[in-house]
Amino acid sequence: MDFRDSTDEAAFRDRLQSWLALHAKEFPSSGDEYWARQGEWHRALYEGGFFGLSWPREYGGQELPPVYDVILDEELARAGAPPRPSLGYLVSGLTRHGSKELCQRFLPGMVNGTERWCQGFSEPGSGSDLASLTTTATRDGDNYVIQGHKIWTSYSDVADWCLLLARTDPDAKRHRGISAFIISMKQPGVQQRPLRMINGVTTEFGQVFFDGATVPAAHMVGGPGEGWPLAMTVVGHEREPSTLGYAARYGKLVRELAARTDGPPSPELAWAAVQTEMLTHHVRRRLSEQLDGVTHTSDGSLDKLLMTWVEQSVGHAALAVTGIDDPDLLSAYLYSRAQSVMGGTSQIQKNIIASRILGL
Amino acid sequence: MDVRLTAEQQQLRDAAAKLADDLGPGSVQDLTDDGRIARLDKQIEMTGWRSLRSDGASGVEVAIVAEEFGRGLVDAPFLGPVLADDLARHVGGDGDGSTIAVGARGIDARGCQRALALDGTTVLAADLGAAGESVDLTRSTAELSGTTSAIGELDSDVAARWLALALATTSADLVGTARGAHTLACEYAKIREQYGHSIGSYQAIAHLLAESLALIEGSVSVLRHAAWAVDELAPAEAIRAARVAKVYCARAARTVCETAIQVHGGIGMTWECLAHVYLRRALTSTELWLVKLEEIDVGLS
Repeated sequence: MDFRDSTDEAAFRDRLQSWLALHAKEFPSSGDEYWARQGEWHRALYEGGFFGLSWPREYGGQELPPVYDVILDEELARAGAPPRPSLGYLVSGLTRHGSKELCQRFLPGMVNGTERWCQGFSEPGSGSDLASLTTTATRDGDNYVIQGHKIWTSYSDVADWCLLLARTDPDAKRHRGISAFIISMKQPGVQQRPLRMINGVTTEFGQVFFDGATVPAAHMVGGPGEGWPLAMTVVGHEREPSTLGYAARYGKLVRELAARTDGPPSPELAWAAVQTEMLTHHVRRRLSEQLDGVTHTSDGSLDKLLMTWVEQSVGHAALAVTGIDDPDLLSAYLYSRAQSVMGGTSQIQKNIIASRILGL
Repeated sequence: MDVRLTAEQQQLRDAAAKLADDLGPGSVQDLTDDGRIARLDKQIEMTGWRSLRSDGASGVEVAIVAEEFGRGLVDAPFLGPVLADDLARHVGGDGDGSTIAVGARGIDARGCQRALALDGTTVLAADLGAAGESVDLTRSTAELSGTTSAIGELDSDVAARWLALALATTSADLVGTARGAHTLACEYAKIREQYGHSIGSYQAIAHLLAESLALIEGSVSVLRHAAWAVDELAPAEAIRAARVAKVYCARAARTVCETAIQVHGGIGMTWECLAHVYLRRALTSTELWLVKLEEIDVGLS
């Protein structure tokens, strides 16, 4: 048992630190400025050899163990650099459910950052109950025609492509009538509108209207009616431990708040520090368990719940230390409220834990 | 980086779990079953686990046994003797029949003749007298009798590591206690019915138990790091890791035990329900080498 870096991991960390010393400060790490240059940052990371670390080599990844993603997250936070764009859920969804042809066509551009992506799952009437979605895909020759309204779509304003869930069989049972598509966002039938979040950011989040947009039938991922298993892979991946690399960002915030504190820390800050440290070790334990080849399906809900508690305790620490006068920290607090909603609400995570793990 | 338990450590965990399941108290009535307790004592004696440190075991291994014993509410001394053994081995002494004194009391003292304590870097010893009052129904205390004498001096690093071990081992007991209380509550939630359904099928109950499991999983992770750090990090870092674990595991264990009482409803408020036995053990392990939130060095996160 060893919590320290192996020789290879330490060498990677050194190389990364040297690279970050040169490049980290060039890019804004939060707010609209971050989102505006996220694509550039993605490509810079990729060209430096620091993006797509754990993904398949044939699509531009390096097939390293997922712990390298965590080292990357830690060093990005330490250097004050922007976080890495999160695309792992799309990569895992496509590699597991997509054809070889689709993977070869789309994954390299997704990994190297030359093509941008978003995810079209949630709808105004279908949040937690995703399988109730009503966006339709109707066959028309070699194409499908899409009609519907998606929401809570991150990066919709810059995306070239969207991984879309739509109903192809209105007569099938809810889960079985859904198919997944890769649809171009750059066409007349697609309209994107930004959503302004409670912290004022306008470029992260959007809603998308599909009105007669078309997608080639060859861009269906899996077969007709096979969209639901893909959706489950994707949302499950959003709760994977290496995706929870945010532990590093929380540590950065805690250190920032500690630096602004004279005398003993407030209880909120001390608790945030304890929780952040817990999450750091928790991610290491989960990643180590994956070395056994164990797959975490429902366990991801536990991890997500823990991460949510940590982020929200850091948000409360920010309020306790600086009140509401520091715009960046207030924004971090406000954004922390999203964590118990996005990627499946805390209530949904608890339902999953109770039914699938505890058998209640 | 690989923080999995080794195959030997998993075997140790399985053996400790089996011993606790076979001979630990399965009910409040069992707490006064002297025949069972005698068998339990004898079995633990045969394992040699009370002198794990003298036998070269790491903090991780001590924590593994402590966690399983907490989970099974094992009511035979382990925490006190295993920590006494770790002190005694450094001053050329024999830890046999010894436990630890905290303040003016020997802890986990049943069957022990003397108590050791660490004052700065000085190892002290005192004989044990009459049994004292104990909130914990699974581990008894004893008064100190006679004079306290210094029996040796530790290197400051060794003393620091011993404190880290004490914090990590009590954290492990807390994690085990939380796991035991949570299992008890989940089993009850599956069989107790109201409105024609098991109460665990209602989100109000299910979500409480789901939260408890997340707290336990976080505790396992932070504990593992602290137990590893006892032998592997610099002494000051080992103490910091152990303090972080102690604070987290103590808070988590109290919440999990309180949830177990709540899930049991009125039954949970009765002496005959094991839920309060877990809570009492958790409160006791929290107070041993108590760590306050304000003692956490937040600048190092």
